[in-house]
Amino acid sequence: MAQILLKSISKKFKDETVIEDLNLEIKDGSFTVLVGPSGCGKSTTLRMVAGLEKQSSGEIWIDDVCVNDTPPGLRDVAMVFQNYALYPTMTVRGNIEFGLKNRGVSKSERGKLVKDISEIVGLAPYLDKKPQSLSGGQRQRVALARAMVKQPKVFILDEPLSNLDAKLRNQMRTELIQLHKRLGTTFVYVTHDQVEAMSMGDEIVVMNMGAIQQADSPMKLYQDPANLFTAQFIGTPAMNIMNMQEVQGLDIRSDRPVGYVGFRPEQGLMNPAQQVEGLELKGEILTRESLGAENIYQIRSQAGVFFVKTFLKPLESADHVNITIPYNELFYFGTDGERLYGAGIHARHLAAGGVLI
Amino acid sequence: MTVWHKLRPYSMVAPAIIIFSLFFIYPIFYMIYLSMFDWNFVSPTKAFVGIQNFVDLLSEPEFRQVLSNTTLYTLLTVTLTTGLSLLLALWLNRGNFFYGIVQGAIFSPHIISLVSISLLWSWLMDPEYGLLNWVIGLFGFAKLQWLSHPSTSLISLVIVAVWKGIGYNTLVFIAGLQSIPADIYEAASLDRSRPWTTFTKLIMPMLSPTIFFLVIINMIGSFQVFETIAIMTQGGPVNSTNTLVYYIYEYGFRFFKIGYASAAGVILLFIVGILTIIYFKLLSNRVHYR
Repeated sequence: MAQILLKSISKKFKDETVIEDLNLEIKDGSFTVLVGPSGCGKSTTLRMVAGLEKQSSGEIWIDDVCVNDTPPGLRDVAMVFQNYALYPTMTVRGNIEFGLKNRGVSKSERGKLVKDISEIVGLAPYLDKKPQSLSGGQRQRVALARAMVKQPKVFILDEPLSNLDAKLRNQMRTELIQLHKRLGTTFVYVTHDQVEAMSMGDEIVVMNMGAIQQADSPMKLYQDPANLFTAQFIGTPAMNIMNMQEVQGLDIRSDRPVGYVGFRPEQGLMNPAQQVEGLELKGEILTRESLGAENIYQIRSQAGVFFVKTFLKPLESADHVNITIPYNELFYFGTDGERLYGAGIHARHLAAGGVLI
Repeated sequence: MTVWHKLRPYSMVAPAIIIFSLFFIYPIFYMIYLSMFDWNFVSPTKAFVGIQNFVDLLSEPEFRQVLSNTTLYTLLTVTLTTGLSLLLALWLNRGNFFYGIVQGAIFSPHIISLVSISLLWSWLMDPEYGLLNWVIGLFGFAKLQWLSHPSTSLISLVIVAVWKGIGYNTLVFIAGLQSIPADIYEAASLDRSRPWTTFTKLIMPMLSPTIFFLVIINMIGSFQVFETIAIMTQGGPVNSTNTLVYYIYEYGFRFFKIGYASAAGVILLFIVGILTIIYFKLLSNRVHYR
């Protein structure tokens, strides 16, 4: 159990600055997910916590200890690598107990620990096999067992599911969530997949170009994005963003100029039966994706192309539709992409419009 | 049409097969055949002597010394070349500043002809005017006789062979080391593995196919050493650097005892054959560890 503190961390590779002045608190016992597009610095951040990469400046604290000069092995962290990084010449048992041997754990104690762990992750029948004779999922479990057996303060997982097929990935996702609950240890998890981040993390750190865009709980990120990047990164399909100049019929009250307006695809009401106070867009349906319980439409309007998602409704067959987005479901962003929290629809307009839904 | 269809693959491999048969298969069998005769290369009659040549060879103290010279030379050359190359590769693999320079420098002996190398080292090792003795003299040590004394002649040849072989061996080791993924080292460092443990428990086992490859290739090469000996020592002084191939050459082409030389050739074939079999056995067992 440990909390991790990153204090104004920077990382430069030769002349290239990968991370600039990053501050982050990872809470004790949390499942924190670092998410972002490739090259955003999330893996580098993770590797600096593990000690595999040295920060150019700043401090890393694990609990009450500054670990800047602590070698990886002594930081009490365990890591699961994307390619598992199993020792190919050792058996599964050898892989799991290698870390224990290096710590001088006695043979009988090792045997007991390996036995316990291998039962938890379901590896007991494979202990004497070499990793290359195991399937992807089993190798993943060996990597997990190797990390778990050391009973570390912090678990670090670097895209551990990206080499598995879709079904196995879902299964391992659930297993990891359960594992976290069971161990109660701090998990730091890196992924580029926002679905993985949303479904697993209780704290999500969205990163882009070496800077933290937003660190929040999954629902907070979704419902209250701090900027355009987060709004468009989280959610499938992503939030629809329109240039303010192309949107008509919005009378916005704001102390700063509004650059963009956005809404979630599921908030767009298609041909609403009742009168709804909101932004109205007329458009033509370009594509229809029917996923069973939900349908996703791609619609072209004067304000640009956007997506609308409907639930438990028959597939719309008309070519031309009216979309209404309730005013309180609109998000406003400044020209720099920052969220304008103060912005809203002008009061007079609302009064004239009648009931607000 | 159909006949040509069937013959075509054979006609494709025919040139290789013909050359191989003519210059490898036929000479091997001819050598085995000759090893049972007493012949001087020119006489129209060959006298069949059975295994007498082999009996003579094995009871000849000179031949036994040749065998022990060759074995000693091989053991020293292989151990030193492989060991030093591994150390050098581990050092160079850290990707430091010297990498390019040193790699180029140690590889260049590999592409120089052995004849030039032999002449070069003959000068370097000259007891009176050689550079090596001059350097030794600077440090105040007594001059060495190098190639001119039985006690140092063989080791002098080993030095030349190691110098020649180290570049290629290092290159192969570096390739082997670079095929080990970086995250293995990282996982080991997180597992609190000390450098020595990482080396013995992880790197060495993963490098073992490379090590076996180089050891066997070097052994086969060392058993067949000829050029340096022919140019630098002619087997001397007092037979101290006489090795199998040079012995065969002397008996075959200087004393014209072709049957006797062929018998020695058969013994060399036997030794190299065993090494090759070991090599392929080990290769098929050890290389597929992934």
